[in-house]
Amino acid sequence: MKRTADKILITGNEAIAEGALDAGCRFYSGYPITPQNEIPAYMSWRMPQEGGVFIQAESELSAINMLFGASAAGARVMTSSSSPGVSLKQEGISYIAGAELPAVIVNIMRGGPGLGNIWPSQADYFQATKGGGHGDYHMIVLAPASVQEAYALVKEGFYLADKYRTPVMILGDGILGQMMEPLLKTDDRKYKKEFKKGWALTGAKGRPPNIAKSFYMNEGVLEKFNLKLQKKYSSIQSREERWEGLFLKDAKVVLVAYGTMARIAKAALQVLRKSGIKAGLIRPITLWPFPKKAFNTRAPKTRYLVIEMSYGQMVEDVMLSVSDKKKVSFLGRSGGGVPSEEDIIKRVKSLR
Amino acid sequence: MNKIYAHPESLRDISTHYCPGCGHGTAHRLICEVVDELGIRERVIGVAPVGCAVIAYDYWDFDCSEAAHGRALAVATAIKRVRPQNIVFTYQGDGDLAAIGTNETIHAANRGENLTVIFINNAIYGMTGGQMAPTTLLGQKTATTPSGRDARLQGYPLKISELLAKLAGVKYVERTSFDSPAGIMKAKAAIRQAFKNQVEGVGFSLVEILSPCPTYWGLTPQQSLTWIKDVMEKEFPLGRLK
Repeated sequence: MKRTADKILITGNEAIAEGALDAGCRFYSGYPITPQNEIPAYMSWRMPQEGGVFIQAESELSAINMLFGASAAGARVMTSSSSPGVSLKQEGISYIAGAELPAVIVNIMRGGPGLGNIWPSQADYFQATKGGGHGDYHMIVLAPASVQEAYALVKEGFYLADKYRTPVMILGDGILGQMMEPLLKTDDRKYKKEFKKGWALTGAKGRPPNIAKSFYMNEGVLEKFNLKLQKKYSSIQSREERWEGLFLKDAKVVLVAYGTMARIAKAALQVLRKSGIKAGLIRPITLWPFPKKAFNTRAPKTRYLVIEMSYGQMVEDVMLSVSDKKKVSFLGRSGGGVPSEEDIIKRVKSLR
Repeated sequence: MNKIYAHPESLRDISTHYCPGCGHGTAHRLICEVVDELGIRERVIGVAPVGCAVIAYDYWDFDCSEAAHGRALAVATAIKRVRPQNIVFTYQGDGDLAAIGTNETIHAANRGENLTVIFINNAIYGMTGGQMAPTTLLGQKTATTPSGRDARLQGYPLKISELLAKLAGVKYVERTSFDSPAGIMKAKAAIRQAFKNQVEGVGFSLVEILSPCPTYWGLTPQQSLTWIKDVMEKEFPLGRLK
């Protein structure tokens, strides 16, 4: 990893756009929605500088289907939106998964259901990690917790999308998108690798025609294709689980949080440790595949406190990952509410 | 002996799944003849719709993309922007282009995307079993208008080509008809023009084809051609709209 410039002060949304461009993204289509508007605005002037295509689409439906076409034509592609807009994109994401096209989709989550509000939220966890659209498919879901990590994970997202020919979601929230932090741009050789795209639509010159499709009408063919997808998902699950662990060696109570919520949990963790409470933290970085390995090595008596900006979504994956789900407690707020450092400390103390 | 008629290179030599008397096979062939004549088979990328022509790519021998129902022009827009050197066209029915995909149709046209659109208007949903289409005629009986389309309840046949012709981004719109061999030859000339426009960078070009669906019209193939001429063409007048 090589440093390319001095630190720049930038919002999470802009860092995502810049990370995409540094990863070779050359097609972006999107539709305005708060709190992610900095991404299309940034792309509208930066993308042409890189010789790529920026389109403000007429709808989320159009934006995600443009992504299908641009990816089928061989480009590295991204769209971004926020919760209601991402709901609209679900059919298109299912098609992209079904046609095995690489694409990066950013969701800077806001409050729901419905139009909800524009405050930060983590209530789209189920939608992101359990499929979202129709059919048996998964996306790789990456959850950054800082501006620097947002930049890094977008780059990683493009790499994984090409490697596995799959849609990848960057799942952030309104706080991450809007806050400014210093960013150190990096120049990584890994992301310069060009994947061979023999399947891309380039014109059938000197080869049989390529078809980008997710339609398998004849009996048994779709089942066979779905089994192939499942095999790919198993391979992703065994190789790509990522998490950050803190003070896990002697932890009696492990806080589990992702994204912005993990930043607040970390602050609570420092206070708890100083007061002599043996607390630790697991911060899932991949939400799908969920980092089960982070849990199955813990002592059976370990207690867990899952903290989310929702009324309990990731907590279900934690329960599936531990030996005794009675050891799992939950703290969450939704609709724009964010559990505070004090809320977490108070709850941990009540567990003992 | 001079060979004056041959199987197009771009059309695979296999049977289609279309019903007897359906217009899709004819439209597929005309596109392939034009692609061959313009020498663009190795550059062309087709976008197939959802509808009866969903597997058009099984018959065409060039690169193709599927598109979700109604989204063909979003998919095509992106392919063309990423690969401007390729010739990109969509093939869409009336439900795809003028109902579920109206938004994509109008906005791709209004952006003036340099694309070619082949629009098959048979006034009905074929694949799903003969339901009302946006272009279904007043009084026409369908699976969802059993007493005939009633303007008070279902509105009027949508003249999407006339709407599109008003847009500044649109360069060429022509309505043709498969009502007779002469009509088919005129449709071919229009398709040729629409592809030639893209090759020359002219811009958004659309050819509407009034096309028979004997199965869901409840008519014989022969009667269907008469119905196009006597009924459909009254509602959808032929000719160049722009």
